[in-house]
Amino acid sequence: MRRLLADYGMLLVLALLCALFSVLTLKRRQPQGEEAGAEIAREVDRRFDPSALVVAVATERPPSRETVETVARILREKGFSRVRTVTGTPRDLRLALDQARREGERPVAFALASDVVDWRVWEILPEKYPDLAETPRVVAEAEYRPDFLKPSNLLAVVDRIVVIAIIAIGMTMVIVTAGIDLSVGSLIALSGVIGTLIMKQLGGLSAPAWTVAVGFLAGTLACGALGAFAGVLVARFRVAPFITTLALMMVARGLAFLITGGFSIYQVPKALPWLGQGRTLGVPHTVILLVGLYAVAHVFMSRTRLGRYIYAVGGNEEAARLSGVPVPFVLIFVYALSGLAAGVGGCIQASQLNTGTPNVGLMYEMYVIAAVVVGGTSLSGGSGRILGTLIGAFIISVIQNGMNLLGIESYTQNVVLGLVILGAVLLDRVRRTSRLTGGPAES
Amino acid sequence: MADHPTAEAPPLLEMRGMGKVFPGVVALRDVGLRLDAGECLALCGENGAGKSTLIKLLAGAHRADAGEILIDGQRVYITTPHEAQELGIAVIHQELNLVPGLSARENISLGRERTRFGFPDHRREARDAARLFERLGLDIDPESPCRELSVAQQQGVEIARALAVEARVIVMDEPSATLSGPETRRLFEIVRELTASGLGVIYISHRIEEIFAIAARVQVLRDGRHVTTEPTSRVSRQALIELMVGRPLATEFPSRQASRRAERLRVEGLRRGDAVRGVSFRVHAGEVLGFAGLVGAGRTETMRLVFGADRPDSGNVYVDGRPCRISSPRAAIREGIGLLTEDRKAQGLVLGHSAIENFALPNLDRLSRGPFVDRTRERERYARHADALSIRGGGPDAPVSTLSGGNQQKVVLAKWLERDSRIVIFDEPTRGIDVAVKFEIYQLINRLAAQGKAVIVVSSELPELIGMCDRIVVMHAGEVRGEIEDARAATQAQILGMVVGEAS
Repeated sequence: MRRLLADYGMLLVLALLCALFSVLTLKRRQPQGEEAGAEIAREVDRRFDPSALVVAVATERPPSRETVETVARILREKGFSRVRTVTGTPRDLRLALDQARREGERPVAFALASDVVDWRVWEILPEKYPDLAETPRVVAEAEYRPDFLKPSNLLAVVDRIVVIAIIAIGMTMVIVTAGIDLSVGSLIALSGVIGTLIMKQLGGLSAPAWTVAVGFLAGTLACGALGAFAGVLVARFRVAPFITTLALMMVARGLAFLITGGFSIYQVPKALPWLGQGRTLGVPHTVILLVGLYAVAHVFMSRTRLGRYIYAVGGNEEAARLSGVPVPFVLIFVYALSGLAAGVGGCIQASQLNTGTPNVGLMYEMYVIAAVVVGGTSLSGGSGRILGTLIGAFIISVIQNGMNLLGIESYTQNVVLGLVILGAVLLDRVRRTSRLTGGPAES
Repeated sequence: MADHPTAEAPPLLEMRGMGKVFPGVVALRDVGLRLDAGECLALCGENGAGKSTLIKLLAGAHRADAGEILIDGQRVYITTPHEAQELGIAVIHQELNLVPGLSARENISLGRERTRFGFPDHRREARDAARLFERLGLDIDPESPCRELSVAQQQGVEIARALAVEARVIVMDEPSATLSGPETRRLFEIVRELTASGLGVIYISHRIEEIFAIAARVQVLRDGRHVTTEPTSRVSRQALIELMVGRPLATEFPSRQASRRAERLRVEGLRRGDAVRGVSFRVHAGEVLGFAGLVGAGRTETMRLVFGADRPDSGNVYVDGRPCRISSPRAAIREGIGLLTEDRKAQGLVLGHSAIENFALPNLDRLSRGPFVDRTRERERYARHADALSIRGGGPDAPVSTLSGGNQQKVVLAKWLERDSRIVIFDEPTRGIDVAVKFEIYQLINRLAAQGKAVIVVSSELPELIGMCDRIVVMHAGEVRGEIEDARAATQAQILGMVVGEAS
């Protein structure tokens, strides 16, 4: 348990953030449309006999009408034979009530859509129709619900972060070897552009679905190749990772603009959004991909030989080399993998936007690095956890999303995000120093 | 009479009842220390005995949980290294504390630069530095960058810096560990010069003979407690070792039968730059081959070439008579060669990682099933070695940085034992390691040889080479200067003559 907290203490931070934003976005919410209708119908069914006359009242506004139509439909299904719906103005209601009286009928209950509750007519009802003064009025109850926890919002949190989180897998491995990869933001654009360009060449709008797969594969592999190239420079020629990937960042961005002439590519197959926007059984494909990749990466880093080598190279490159670790191979591998991950991220981005654009992914390398660092991976190498990175990515996404919901503009958001990253790094330092001075250090 | 003019002057430094507790460990319990002006006190004990902790309390690196420190009979409070320096206490650590890019002069005046009209007064600084070097009998150009100085010279710069801040107590933590024989003798002269001018010197060393050569009194610590303080004239070498270890010790070196068999490793004309200039030698199965020489003689560099850590310019390596192209440590390990590096912390271990991860690193190919590490097997194998080598402290999952030097060395040993290397190279295997563990390592070397492995031992301690090896190769300035066929019959004087470069 203590180990878990030490490794994933950030999980606690994430949970606290979610709780915080849930409380802050708590809103009184009047059910609308079908949802309200169903609730009213349930209430009426519970309290009244199916033989009773029920008058459902709504305005002409679509959600309001939807409410009473739902009420009428459900009640009829339940055996209420005498349901009348009134849609329109208070005058329409009075006309309907007058007609009922003429027919010798007396409503047993009113079912009200949310926007008719405030009609003045209800106040004068006892004077004009004394017999109806006590007739109960059934409305859908208002409830308190946090906007943050709405399923649609939670999906937005995931959607916003999926590209960054997937790229952060590769970045974690690079940073564990005490390196850095600044090129990933540009690779997002390059991957998307190469992929969509191939789809365009293979038939554009009318191209079959398999061309999407071909495009994605080509884009991803191209990025992987560039990553491997960076790895060779770092491993064989001992160029500093910062400089190597900074240069590649410019090269990749430039290439993305060059091969598109600076324009977005819209002539894409209809199957393109399948990956980024599609769902299976209600679960977005991006989420399935995210979970799958993280599961594989976690097992890879914690259980395999190559994973151990990656940690060893970051912890002490010379000691690793003298223990027979193939250091150059390990370095080339992690940079290639980081490139591949950025390529996959680019495919998702292109699929989400349904186009290939050379200027997407700007500054993404910074968000990715932030996710890794907030997730507890040390920039000095040798330590870090894949699942920590996932948590880090979610922390960033949750903070952004929460601030959006609260209506905080983007300048303030940047300030807050920056401070959060600083906080995470400080926390890491404190944890580290306390560990170092915690035990006896005899020499 | 109210005052006592004849009463003894208070000692220069006195520590009383010092105690220090780390989480889970009592590092120091009621330890006292007394140092007079003009005296050299040797402080010895095994690793973990509390020497370093005591010195850290004195230097302000840690705060004491109990006890008091007096200088000239006055109670002082030391809470930071700066305060210790102000009180005239200077500590010269094993890992030297110089800025490599700055010159000797700049390092000496670092933090208290002399100024003249607001500008640094380089000339005066240089004059001061030169005067200090002259006093210490050191031949150092004040303007040469420290990274170009030898370890002994860098140590000289540190001592000069201590003198420049007018230190009265100088603590030397294993100063001779990285020095060669003549350099050590030079250091002794410096220590005598310091004590003669009224400074107090606390000298920490694992080398018994040094203690007798330099110190007037010796204080022994064991398990964080004070054992005894005796004039060195009244205690024998054997007795001192037994006091440190806490039990009688039969012999310093275990005996063994030489059993030389077929040639296992042959090296011909190995060359790399100026460091290694055409080195040839051979080792047989069941043999222990020693390498003697000064620091910088090219011994470590030669071993790195054999192990593939560096690339030779030319030369051939034969394993079991078969020519091998060893292009990387990985290739060397595949050929059955293991190297215990001279610098454990920088090259032997990933300090932040656990003992078990370090142990498994060169052995993962055997401890894996497919791409996956077999963690049960890994744990079993480690436990077996930890048991056999009696690795203490921390447990398999604690970072190796929390282990003591001797136990760290045992973790490195376990790496190569598990590998079952046929050729094992030990580079300074007992540096910074206490007497009891030394003996265990000697036993292990013997056992490896008895199993028919070829063992190479690089050491700066001549008694160790004479006591342990069958043959000794002597190197000087990158070349093999000579070979001693029967190490047991050799004398230190004979080897020393070859080590410093006289024709044999």
